[in-house]
Amino acid sequence: MEQEPKKMKPIWYFVGLMLSSMGAVVLISGIVNYSDTEIAKTVLSELHPALWWGVVMIAAGLIFLLANRKTTVD
Amino acid sequence: MQSIQLAFSDWLIIAIYFGFVLGIGLYLKRFTKNENDFFLAGRKNSSWVAGLAFLSANLGALELLGMTGNTFKYGMYVAHFYWIGAIPAMIFLGIYMMPFYYSAKIKSVPGYLKLRFDEKTRVLNGIAFAVMTLLVSGINLYAMALVLHTFLGWDWNVSMWISAATVAAYVTLSGLLSAIFTEIIQFFLIWFGLFLVSILGIIEIGSVNDIFQRVDELYKTVSYTTLWSTSADPSLNGMVITWGGIVLGLGFVLSFGYWTTDFLVVQRAFSAKDLRAARMTPILASFFKMAVPFIVILTGLIAIVLANDPKSGFALVQDGGQVNYDSALPLLIARYYPPGLVGLGVTALLAGFMAGQAGNISAFNTVWTYDIYHSVINKKASEAHLLWMGRVATVVGILISLVTAYWAKSFPSIMDYMQAIFSWVNAPLFATMLLGMFVRWITPNAAFWGLLAGMGSSFTLFLAVKFSWIDGRLITLSDVASDMAANFWRAWWAWLICFVVTIVLSFFTKRKPDEELVGLVKGLTPAVSTEGIPWHRRPEAYAVISVLVLIALNIYFW
Repeated sequence: MEQEPKKMKPIWYFVGLMLSSMGAVVLISGIVNYSDTEIAKTVLSELHPALWWGVVMIAAGLIFLLANRKTTVD
Repeated sequence: MQSIQLAFSDWLIIAIYFGFVLGIGLYLKRFTKNENDFFLAGRKNSSWVAGLAFLSANLGALELLGMTGNTFKYGMYVAHFYWIGAIPAMIFLGIYMMPFYYSAKIKSVPGYLKLRFDEKTRVLNGIAFAVMTLLVSGINLYAMALVLHTFLGWDWNVSMWISAATVAAYVTLSGLLSAIFTEIIQFFLIWFGLFLVSILGIIEIGSVNDIFQRVDELYKTVSYTTLWSTSADPSLNGMVITWGGIVLGLGFVLSFGYWTTDFLVVQRAFSAKDLRAARMTPILASFFKMAVPFIVILTGLIAIVLANDPKSGFALVQDGGQVNYDSALPLLIARYYPPGLVGLGVTALLAGFMAGQAGNISAFNTVWTYDIYHSVINKKASEAHLLWMGRVATVVGILISLVTAYWAKSFPSIMDYMQAIFSWVNAPLFATMLLGMFVRWITPNAAFWGLLAGMGSSFTLFLAVKFSWIDGRLITLSDVASDMAANFWRAWWAWLICFVVTIVLSFFTKRKPDEELVGLVKGLTPAVSTEGIPWHRRPEAYAVISVLVLIALNIYFW
């Protein structure tokens, strides 16, 4: 007998996964750029945008993930 | 120009995006069991999901690049596309039109025309929409390859085929549901991937006030930073248009024509779980729509300031001696974004292109399957057969888009006609819909011939001005006018012709009996009951707030 499909995870869960995984990559590259300033010679690079934007993305992603970790939709 | 170089972290972010959209397509396939799931995402979406998808279906990368470039060219008047050129229409759709659409349980906008009028009007609109959608889809694909080739040095063929194959894979697997999921992912990618450009631009120049001040200093006789105060005289604003063209052409006809009748966006509202959620869909989307200028208009103005500051070293790309306005956003990404963030910016643009492609294809497969194939070719098709046909239409639609993209590559000026294409199809359709929903004595034959006359006149006016058969001033009602102004005015005339022809012919042709119009026309349809819904959850309450925000924005930037 065919098994009933599981309930679907909401889109917000996937948004959280994507933001946190991409944010982690941005944060790691921000750390690398911080330690070697020759890598990223862009305008305003002294503000280290990848570093804090990565943190913002991870935080936003975790909020979505945690809020929807147990949620399912019909 | 020198291509933007991508580091390993940039490629990794792009790979994560492709992994996500393909994974989501595979994951959702198990929940796509019948034609209702495939074409209408099972009609179980919340208003937030449907609302963000409704907005994102329109928020493609071509729009982001084009509107940033247009701001560079025309100034802040471009914000009219996001405010008066969208919000009133979205509110009208949610409050007044959605009850007719949703309650009729139709699967497409042409499906409403069949119920309200007859089969021939449905097929006419279905064919026009299918052709328009594939044309736009192909041009989008070409535009994506052009951007990736120009700024990243990527190969044309590889860009087009990989993105087309990815979209074909996930839409074929799970239809509208996966299209909606990827549209929402695109929404977040665009904000997280591109809003940082505005933030860094503000930091570099000083403040938002400094940006406006410096643009004003550059353009002393023509306003680039106001919305209405210079609209009485077209020579005083960057768009070279009067308020009449903005209100009638953009604010009324083009905007209402697009947002209330274009199936690409309206399909997202059809996927909502109930009537309240469907009505809330465009109203919630209106709040996010009003925020988009904080990316596109702001970056356009930042680009103006930097391009006119010799110390900044910033200049737009020149193609054959002509300024490439669409280069503003990619060049700002290259200016501010270090490795990692560049990948995020590029992925945001890629997501915009691909989600736009998926949106067009999911709308096309529905209209083809129901309004052309099932309506004309195979009336006895089973549900399972229609589901199969939807999947076939997805693959064939993508292949036709690829052919169109190669055609556009050999005929690049086709991109200039995108706005014109919308005015051929959507502007007259809005007149037909408006009369169909609100006037019960409009007849099926009058609707058909009125729609045909509107579409034909819009196309003829376009050719007449293009080849100088008539003086363009007859259409724009002013001595000077930009191409944009001509588009707005042509849409207005097409709408008016369709509107008048439909009304006049209705006096001489046979109307449908009232009992066949119950649920489809105002006056023969019970009013939407909001009983039991607290006031703060009613669509009307959100609509009022949205309109107040719109008024405040227009007054602030008057």
